[in-house]
Amino acid sequence: MTTLTDPPKEQFRLSMLLYDTRYRSATIQVIALIGFMLLAAWIISNTIQNLEGLGKPVEFGFFGEPASYDINQRLLEYTSRDSHLRAAFIGLLNTLVVAVLGCITATIVGVFVGVLRLSNNWLVARIMTVYVEMFRNVPVLLWIVLAMAILIESLPAPRAFRGEDATASMNFFDTVAVTNRGVYIPEFLFSRSLGDIHLFGTSSIRFDISLDLIAFLIVLGGSIFAMRKVSAWAAATQESTGDRPKIWHIQLGILFVPMIILLVALGFHLGYPELKGFNFKGGTHMRNSLIALWLALSLYTAAFIAEIVRAGILAISKGQTEAASALGLRPGRTMRLVILPQALRVIIPPMISNYLNLTKNSSLAIAVGYMDITGTLGGITMNQTGRELECVLLLMLVYLTISLSISAVMNWYNNRVKLVER
Amino acid sequence: MKKSVILGAATIAGLAAGAAAAGTVDDVKARGKLNCGVSSGLAGFSLPDANGDWQGFDVAVCRAVAAAVLGDSNAVEFVPTTGKTRFTALASGEIDMLARNTTWTFSRDVDLKFEFAGVNYYDGQGFMVPKALGVSSAKELDGATVCIQTGTTTELNLADFFRANNISYEPVPIETNAEAQQQYLAGACDVYTTDASGLAATRATFENPGDHVLLPEIISKEPLGPLVRHGDNEWGDIVRWTLNALVSAEELGVTSANIDELSAGTDNPEVNRLLGTEGTLGEMLGLNADWAANAIKAGGNYGEVFAKNIGEETPIGLARGLNAQWTDGGLLYSPPFR
Repeated sequence: MTTLTDPPKEQFRLSMLLYDTRYRSATIQVIALIGFMLLAAWIISNTIQNLEGLGKPVEFGFFGEPASYDINQRLLEYTSRDSHLRAAFIGLLNTLVVAVLGCITATIVGVFVGVLRLSNNWLVARIMTVYVEMFRNVPVLLWIVLAMAILIESLPAPRAFRGEDATASMNFFDTVAVTNRGVYIPEFLFSRSLGDIHLFGTSSIRFDISLDLIAFLIVLGGSIFAMRKVSAWAAATQESTGDRPKIWHIQLGILFVPMIILLVALGFHLGYPELKGFNFKGGTHMRNSLIALWLALSLYTAAFIAEIVRAGILAISKGQTEAASALGLRPGRTMRLVILPQALRVIIPPMISNYLNLTKNSSLAIAVGYMDITGTLGGITMNQTGRELECVLLLMLVYLTISLSISAVMNWYNNRVKLVER
Repeated sequence: MKKSVILGAATIAGLAAGAAAAGTVDDVKARGKLNCGVSSGLAGFSLPDANGDWQGFDVAVCRAVAAAVLGDSNAVEFVPTTGKTRFTALASGEIDMLARNTTWTFSRDVDLKFEFAGVNYYDGQGFMVPKALGVSSAKELDGATVCIQTGTTTELNLADFFRANNISYEPVPIETNAEAQQQYLAGACDVYTTDASGLAATRATFENPGDHVLLPEIISKEPLGPLVRHGDNEWGDIVRWTLNALVSAEELGVTSANIDELSAGTDNPEVNRLLGTEGTLGEMLGLNADWAANAIKAGGNYGEVFAKNIGEETPIGLARGLNAQWTDGGLLYSPPFR
């Protein structure tokens, strides 16, 4: 005889958190989280307490004090009487300069090398292999130091340019001076300049924006807009008549004529470097610390990018190349129009991490005396004020911000080029 | 999770070491070795010789302290530090004392929480230029490129000097003396500036020292001395009085040659107190009675150490100048051993 009863409604008991597999994993995770937070809190409170015991409480007031040191490469005006915060800002700009220059150069070199490594030409492919393996397998610090040593030891000092029997001379019709203190190139000057806009008054992040540059960018933007209109018109004509009108001379005119008019109106001329006293004066001075760092970082990262590009290309099925050949496309166009656009989808995500690596590796700058943010905030400021914890925390925050910004931009780009599936 | 526990433990251990301010002398005795921070390489002040033994004026201070505390002038672990790393090394407890031509300044003493044990070399910042440049004064250096060790007081003096004289310059920050030397010799900078003693020491290692001149301007006061962490007064006293013992020994005529003879007892009570044959000075410091005698035996008195490492008979060739005894018109003046 059987009696049917409803199964008893299961009551939730505390022990089920441990014995019931439905809840157990959540329990473990919560306990682990609490434990981790306790540990973190303990470390933080311990640090603060110990620092206070040493008589060094955590505070950021020293940022307002005068920095008292000079920085050689400064994109904005800075003197030793400016604050530590200003010095850190100058350093930040230097970091960004080398990171941006490095990322661009590394990308260009990397893509070329990656493509050439797959070349059918045995010699070219082998040379590229040697390049990639050499740069990838030696620490970047050594490349930076080597590049600096080569620049210092092999190039002439400015005093070699002096006197009757000068042993060195300037290049490119006396416009560029290559010395072991850096390269001096002509600078852009405007005799009828529009002046600057001063932003942020007298604060530590004050900077000037040249109105000449803004005018130039506006004209350039206008030209590009007009060029797009013209090519849209050309495309429409092609659609309706089947003939594409010749527009390249119009395009060139639209691009260059307004620009040249603007430059003449502003009184554009070049300022040439000239040997005066101890050093070259005038022109733009690209210090060899910047050049060494830039070269070493970009060549090093380019080796990794080359491998990513190669992998991306190899990931595209051979059938695509064969189909393109069957349609009569030449190898160069096959690469540019068929393979690379598809390969980009594979290439972009690992590329992001290489850009991040390059930016973070730029903190090795102090090895060659390049005053980046690690050299100013994490170097001299930290050393002169003795605020290790504050400086390092801020430094970490800065790098975190830069890296997250790069990731955000690259992820946005990745979303644009990635395969859209329906 | 396991990893973060280990990392956390390591961090805490590091922090705990940072906070360990008291009991350095016990640590040193227990370890049987003194960890002494020195310059990573400056001829005459601290440089390993051909056998890998550290030699030099600053090294001698480390050896004297080791001899005073442990009775063995070789019981020293030398830790090379740069201008940037030295204070962190000392504050974190990696080294027990720092003898690395470090300038005694207010903020280092008060704000960075260190304790200077005295001055072992009165110095000032100078400039070195190649003779071929034809410069005779630092005020003619307008527009020059200047190599400078980063993280030092010289960096700040330099900025002030050029600003005060309203002349411009291009600083090239450099991590170590060796790199500065390389850049200076290659002509990547016109001028090298650091403490005058450091310039003389650097110049002595050049192939043609005569091709380089030190400019007459001394733009700052740089009293260099050994330092310890703030808050451990017993240890600070030991380092301070070891240094004073070397200075007093010279003043009192105690040398490494006659110390054994004098240790037997003399009729000068101060010599007796210094060498531990009279009074209980060693006991007061928590050391053996012959602590000062051992320190002096390690490398001789101050004058002997000076003459052997950086004096006029050496390639570095520094005159005593300000570093003569007060009785000879210098600034060396040890408080009495009483």
